[in-house]
Amino acid sequence: MNLRELTNTEAMVEALKEEMTRDPSIFIIGEDLVAHGGIFGQFIGLPEAFPGRVIDTPISETCIVGAGLGAALTGMRPFVDLHFADFTTCAMDEIVNQVAKIRYMFGGQAKIPLVIWAPDGAGLSAAAHHSQSLEAWFIHTPGLKVVSPCFPYDVKGLIKTSIRSDDPIIFFMHKKIFSRKGPVPEEEYVIPLGKAEIKHPGTDVTIITYSIMVLHALEVAEEMEKEGIRVEVLDLRTLWPMDWERIAESVTKTHRVIIAHEACLTCGFGAEISARIQEELFDELDAPIFRVGAYRVPIPFSPPLERFVIPGKESLKKTIYNMFGKEIDSK
Amino acid sequence: MTELIDPTFYIKMYEQMLTIRSFEEKAIELFEHNLIRGNIHPCIGQEAVSVGVCLALRREDYMLNTHRGHGNCIAKGADLKRMMAELLGRSTGYCKGKGGSMHIADFEGGNLGANGIVGGGLPIAVGAGISIQNRGTDQVVACFFGDGAVNQGTFHESMNLAAIWKLPVIFICENNQYALSTPIQEAISIPKISDRALAYGIPGVTIDGNDVTEVYIQMRKAVERARSGKGPTLLDCVTYRFYGHFTGDPGRGITYRSKEEMEEWLRRCPIKRLREYLFREGLLSEEKEEEIQSHVKKSIEEAVRFAQESPFPNPEEATQDLFY
Amino acid sequence: MKGDGFMEKDSKTWLELYRLMVKIRRFETLTGELFASGKIPGFIHLSIGQEASSVGVCSVLRKDDYITTTHRGHGHVIAKGGDVKKMFAELMGRETGYCRGKGGSMHIADFSIGILGANGVVAGGFPIIVGAGLSIKLRGTDQVAVCFFGDGASNRGPFHEALNMASIWKLPIVFVCENNQFASTTSVHYSTSVKSIALRGEAYGIPGRSLDGNNVLEVREAAIEAVERARKGEGPTLLENRTYRLRGHFEGDPQRYRTKEEVEKFSEKDPIRQFQAFLKNQKILNEKSDQEIWNEIDQELQEAIRFAEESPFPQPQDALKDLYVEEGESLIQRRLV
Repeated sequence: MNLRELTNTEAMVEALKEEMTRDPSIFIIGEDLVAHGGIFGQFIGLPEAFPGRVIDTPISETCIVGAGLGAALTGMRPFVDLHFADFTTCAMDEIVNQVAKIRYMFGGQAKIPLVIWAPDGAGLSAAAHHSQSLEAWFIHTPGLKVVSPCFPYDVKGLIKTSIRSDDPIIFFMHKKIFSRKGPVPEEEYVIPLGKAEIKHPGTDVTIITYSIMVLHALEVAEEMEKEGIRVEVLDLRTLWPMDWERIAESVTKTHRVIIAHEACLTCGFGAEISARIQEELFDELDAPIFRVGAYRVPIPFSPPLERFVIPGKESLKKTIYNMFGKEIDSK
Repeated sequence: MTELIDPTFYIKMYEQMLTIRSFEEKAIELFEHNLIRGNIHPCIGQEAVSVGVCLALRREDYMLNTHRGHGNCIAKGADLKRMMAELLGRSTGYCKGKGGSMHIADFEGGNLGANGIVGGGLPIAVGAGISIQNRGTDQVVACFFGDGAVNQGTFHESMNLAAIWKLPVIFICENNQYALSTPIQEAISIPKISDRALAYGIPGVTIDGNDVTEVYIQMRKAVERARSGKGPTLLDCVTYRFYGHFTGDPGRGITYRSKEEMEEWLRRCPIKRLREYLFREGLLSEEKEEEIQSHVKKSIEEAVRFAQESPFPNPEEATQDLFY
Repeated sequence: MKGDGFMEKDSKTWLELYRLMVKIRRFETLTGELFASGKIPGFIHLSIGQEASSVGVCSVLRKDDYITTTHRGHGHVIAKGGDVKKMFAELMGRETGYCRGKGGSMHIADFSIGILGANGVVAGGFPIIVGAGLSIKLRGTDQVAVCFFGDGASNRGPFHEALNMASIWKLPIVFVCENNQFASTTSVHYSTSVKSIALRGEAYGIPGRSLDGNNVLEVREAAIEAVERARKGEGPTLLENRTYRLRGHFEGDPQRYRTKEEVEKFSEKDPIRQFQAFLKNQKILNEKSDQEIWNEIDQELQEAIRFAEESPFPQPQDALKDLYVEEGESLIQRRLV
């Protein structure tokens, strides 16, 4: 396997390039794609490589998602860019009432090979309308699949799989990880949906997590090693379908669980995972399940406020200390 | 409109426009020095719209604002100190550091807030209009939005409702001709945004948004119509932003705008135009101009000093202000 | 009703249009009866009085053309060639229905003949039709996509976004507003800031035409022009078919928002009665042949009803099927109890 270092953005663009070359029914639609290369410049190069297949729209989110849906119903494979995960709210009817339900409501007649891609997450002082993590809403909506990887290898493999999927995918990428690099093979590969991966093996406690929190969890795992706590980091990568098998395996090994996400704690995905673990693996647990997530407030602008609201490395460490009855000061 | 023959009125317009320009230039400088986090969307080049519109308003009139909203805030009478403090994320800012550049509100001054969602202000303007109608006051609502917002569903729903209920709302399109990178000619298929008014049976006017007097006159007419219960108006103010969409836009938007076009619009600078007019008409002397400039400079400097001397909010304040 | 002056004088086509209108009328009438007798669960929205619009437009379309329809969509489905057996079966929630009992009256689709589905959300079809139009353009076929919607939908955001996008990209779309005067209970004169919805085309540079939506030939003629324009790549058209729904918004609607007199007045403009009189006047139809048409259609519909009634209900656990193309237990989480 020939590995090179790519950023998450490069990995995504490479996946799109390969897939668009392979399948002429794939096109990208959204605002500011052609001249600007996407709001974060994340699609630079694609408009030139695929003239006419990267389509700029007016600011009309309802119709951008709807246009993706209509095209998916009639033989195309659209990749919709929504600028920010926050703007899914402007197209909520399309996503929840139409995209998610049409196949089922019509008794399985339709297939919807549609990817809705949106950057999410806080940490850039982008304030309340440009910082949210909304994955739980969509996991809660039957008919959608939700993906949220954080390493270039996973991004590329999962973008390819999502594009090839005949079901609608909501694909979130944290905006703070775009330029983060990682090894990606030159050879063709895909990653199936619904497969979590252990990013750091351990035996004392499992951190079940995804997106940017995986990076924090990995740092914490390294640090904890020195203190004799061996942390296992399980990166879900796909949120729905959820890889229950991997979760159960890890819980059975470590008997202690922390679930971490940047989205607000209340009714976050952690609540679902936690409930399922206690229903099915109660006897495996040596400690209560702990969750790490944001306060239930909109994301504030000012850096000290924002840092306070969203969880990070420190929140994870505190939780581990708490779980193992260690004094926080001892760190 | 007797104010149009009053020299001090023009001086006021000039000073306000200069204040907006200086505020934005300072904000960009602070952003470049990493004192302002996140991003800002400067309105340099669009000052005539802010000032022309807001001078036709009273303090108790309402305003809905956009992500590119510093100029409108200033023209509506906001305190520069509290604005700058908000941009710097300080506890003395308008939103105590929670909102930032894109979300400044000043409810006491009728400013119902800037919005990070394109087209987000229009439905709120309808609500404010209903409230005015029900309370029976003669206030009006000035709803600012950009050319990008005219293709959002909220534009359509809001215009229709304001029209059927004859609400006292003035819809002001700050048509700077680009929705981020998308030129307006590619985003609509009619020559003028004001023609959209036909679809709602309301008056629509396209005006030179770099001519502050023209903006003021048209706004005055629309306000009078609104105050007298005759319903909404759509004003399409054609202007140009000299900077990029935001502070991170490469080459001030050179990826989607030509150098020639940008230079051409620099020549049509609204402040330069008013200045030339004032000198030509003998309404402004160099002495007076210096006085204005130093006054503006001082007020901006004071605002920056106030902001920098203000404390950051306590982290725990992040959990406050969510519910009443 | 006038037929002179229309470019097309073809008695065979005219009779076919008439048959379709009668078929819709009878389908809807029988549906109302089945609903009243408790054989159809849920809600039913009948299109009685609006048949000329469905038939006038759909008769111009090819099988591979697309339509999106509304909660009041039975007429469009029949006019586009839908199978009444599968329709009745769906209305009754049977396994053999179009959506295997998952959709019901408000959500009938037949992708094999371009019916991209009826929608329970007012204006829900607009964004989808833009996607269908875009897909036609990208695939380079000469199909056309038609979006049916009501007067209520013309005040919703998706109308605006869709007409604009269709216009800037010159998509092969015909937007057909069936202005039946009421958005549920709200009069169009109250809800809409312009006299004619067709006028709204001007805001997008789209030709708009306001038509007597109860005159099937007038609708058809305008549809021919609009569909041709779309097929030639000249872009979308907005048609407003002014009509009147003779039944309530839904079956069981107390209709407090209008008077009996008003409904009676509009009954005189019943599109079927008008067309019937016209055809008789033109000596294309007589009492006997007319009766034959009604009888034949009734026979077909009775058979369809029998088919539906004899069809089994779906298995309860089939509720867990059809959500994803790729199915699996991990996707449909189990219920605990």
